[in-house]
Amino acid sequence: MFRLGLKRWLHACAVCLLAVVMLGAEPSSRFNKVGHQMMCACGCGQVLLECNHVGCPDSDRMIGELRAQINAGGTDTSILNWFAAKYGATILAAPIRGGFDNVAWIAPMAVFLLATVGVGFLIRMWTLRSGRHVPVSAAGPDVGGNELRERIRRETEY
Amino acid sequence: MRLHPMPEFGSFTLLLALALSVYTLVMGGVALWRTRGVSAGVDRQGDKLGETARRAGISSFVALTCAAFALVWASFTNDYSVSYILHHTNRDLSTAYKFSALWSGQEGSLLLWAWLLSAYGFVLRMRHKVDVRLSAFASTILAGIQVFFLMLLNFAAPPFAIQPGPVATDGFGLNPLLQYPEMVIHPPMLYLGYVGFSVPFAFALGALMMRYPGEKWIHITRRWTMVTWLFLTCGIFLGAHWAYSVLGWGGYWGWDPVENASLMPWLTGTAFLHSVMMQEKRGMMKTWNVWLIFSTFMLTILGTLLTRSGIVSSVHAFASSDIGTWFYGFILIVFGVCLFTFFRQKDHLKSENRLESLVSRESSFLFNNLILLAACFTVLWGTLFPILSEYVQGTKVTMGAPFYNRVNLPIGLFLLFLTGIGPLLAWRSTSLRSIRRNFILPGVAMGVALVVLMLVGVKPWAAGDDWQSTLFSLVTFTLAAGVITAIGAEFLRGASVVATQTGKNLAASTVILVRRNTRRYGGYFVHFGIVVMFIGIAGGAFNQSHEQEMGSGDTLALGPYRLVCQTYTQDSNRNFDTEYALLDVYRGSRKITQLAPERRFYHASQTSSTMVALHSTLASDLYVIYEGRNPDTDKPIIKVFLNPLMNWIWIGVLIVVAGTFLALVPNMTRSAARVTVAEPRLVEAEAHHV
Repeated sequence: MFRLGLKRWLHACAVCLLAVVMLGAEPSSRFNKVGHQMMCACGCGQVLLECNHVGCPDSDRMIGELRAQINAGGTDTSILNWFAAKYGATILAAPIRGGFDNVAWIAPMAVFLLATVGVGFLIRMWTLRSGRHVPVSAAGPDVGGNELRERIRRETEY
Repeated sequence: MRLHPMPEFGSFTLLLALALSVYTLVMGGVALWRTRGVSAGVDRQGDKLGETARRAGISSFVALTCAAFALVWASFTNDYSVSYILHHTNRDLSTAYKFSALWSGQEGSLLLWAWLLSAYGFVLRMRHKVDVRLSAFASTILAGIQVFFLMLLNFAAPPFAIQPGPVATDGFGLNPLLQYPEMVIHPPMLYLGYVGFSVPFAFALGALMMRYPGEKWIHITRRWTMVTWLFLTCGIFLGAHWAYSVLGWGGYWGWDPVENASLMPWLTGTAFLHSVMMQEKRGMMKTWNVWLIFSTFMLTILGTLLTRSGIVSSVHAFASSDIGTWFYGFILIVFGVCLFTFFRQKDHLKSENRLESLVSRESSFLFNNLILLAACFTVLWGTLFPILSEYVQGTKVTMGAPFYNRVNLPIGLFLLFLTGIGPLLAWRSTSLRSIRRNFILPGVAMGVALVVLMLVGVKPWAAGDDWQSTLFSLVTFTLAAGVITAIGAEFLRGASVVATQTGKNLAASTVILVRRNTRRYGGYFVHFGIVVMFIGIAGGAFNQSHEQEMGSGDTLALGPYRLVCQTYTQDSNRNFDTEYALLDVYRGSRKITQLAPERRFYHASQTSSTMVALHSTLASDLYVIYEGRNPDTDKPIIKVFLNPLMNWIWIGVLIVVAGTFLALVPNMTRSAARVTVAEPRLVEAEAHHV
């Protein structure tokens, strides 16, 4: 019962959030948003709306196409797919076509999450161990090391 | 047969430098082998051999200085018999840019790299008495790196190659994008950073090879690492400022592979600077630190490989060439040597202590390292993913700003959070009472900042499609308030204690406090600078822009500013033709300045370049670009950006620089942190293991 209630609340929240987002979306901001999600085809390596080449052979035409697509009522995804189909996948400023493109997004997050969990686990393990053992001494001969460390401690701790 | 005295002198000195570096490497290695496990003075022949290797290393610096001088001389004397000079300079180039031609092409920049490496080596070898044996190891390793670059310069990318055929009367000119004051200083700064990491790398590898006892090698290299990090930081942000001022797209960081190549070693270098403190203070993280500095060095080489080999495309990478193969080989050798040394000596890297609590300074350093490395991985992943995608799918993809911004934003915010809380935690373990005491004030500051920001209109839910960037800005500003308060509270707390001890007022006590522990409080300044930079970056969420054709008398309004075109005209000099517009800038009814955005067309290179006009205040930058003329109306097209808080980024960098300088200053009550060893001694462990 509680679970169902929670699910409903979550759905309602998601709908509200979507509504807020969609209601706030205006054509000009959509133009800006979608225009920043693709590159200029002229090879300058810049985002479409940031290409500032004088006499750029592509940006004006592409901007016109973008306006036409937005006015035709296409969704962001369909517009981006249209451009990708016409100019190739490299026209998209980020890989968003699904499939293997998803790996680009998942890998950094997965590494980050795994590393966070790993560090947390490591700290936990070390903490438990240190509760059972006296700290170990230096592995090798420590000529002058303790003295130096003590000096560093004095210098770096107030 | 034509004679080319200066280029031939340059070629000869390069060859001489290579011979000297090979001698330093080989004889230095032989001397270290002969004297392993014996006290200084026992094997006099070995010691003498080591000394000749050291002197050869010093001489290689002199030889490389002569080579660099020869190239600069050829540039100043318009010696177009040298292919490099022909392709990167022209007669009408100003003196500063003729000098900067040294690093404006591949061969020249490799020469700069080798020269800087030899300069670092020169300092290291001159200061060898700080620890003779460790310095000898480091010197030999540096010589190995130098041999690689000198082989490139002598055999793969010779800067003194002679142009076949008759000598041209004028050169092709310097790339117009590089004809900007910052380009005179940005590449050397960046290279000082890149190359500088060779020194801590050499010390770390040398210390591991000789099973150096204790953590003194870290102490010796601390200043090297910090200075190197400082150079890299300055280099990166000078590059960002150059991109902002010259490229004319309104931004400062485009996540281009060349930019990424500089950011990656900066991230791992920053992680090293933090985690090395754990080794100094607690004898922990030894393996981690060694691999961090190994990785940092390898990333500097990888960055060069990525941009020089042509395996990734970049708007400002050098043309693809076959020297990438050399870098592959070098990275493999470096990695092999590091791995071999590590496995051979890994028992030397056992931790002396273990982590005692999850809530401690140590764990905050661990998480700090995690975040920095996650950011580094993201950048590396984004840089290499197009290659992977081509391999798997058969098609390349673009990894542009949308990818990096989205993935790195949460990581950056987490880093900002840790910047605030890390210094508040105690070593070993932090009590709940201490947490409560230290975190109340920053918590309150964050709450107040959140409410105030919402009241002034930073509302993600009302930002439409920009809700994500507005949300991130809101979180950034809120966290920044907390971190700044935490840093301020740390100063206040320390100064209060000093005031109680000395009876001086709070300001004087703060000065005493900082001078007593420059490293710690310099570090806080650096953190403060980073927070200020984050605030500047977050301001990007509120950027506005407008593009308009502007004839005489036409008006363009953006934010609080109104621009009125007075006139537009063109001019010419020997180096370039220029078109520009004169725009009066009004705020309300008051004229505040006149801006003159222009577009230049350089004769020698037959290329054009934008000269951005900028009106900069603490609140925002008015950034004006002359985009060209409409061929139908012949009127100029003007694009205007209003970039809020941009100056905060540059101010933040200045604070970071000041903080790093402060951290380098010796403490007031102690003499300079120089540790000298009376005489080289037998290292027992080395006798058994090398």
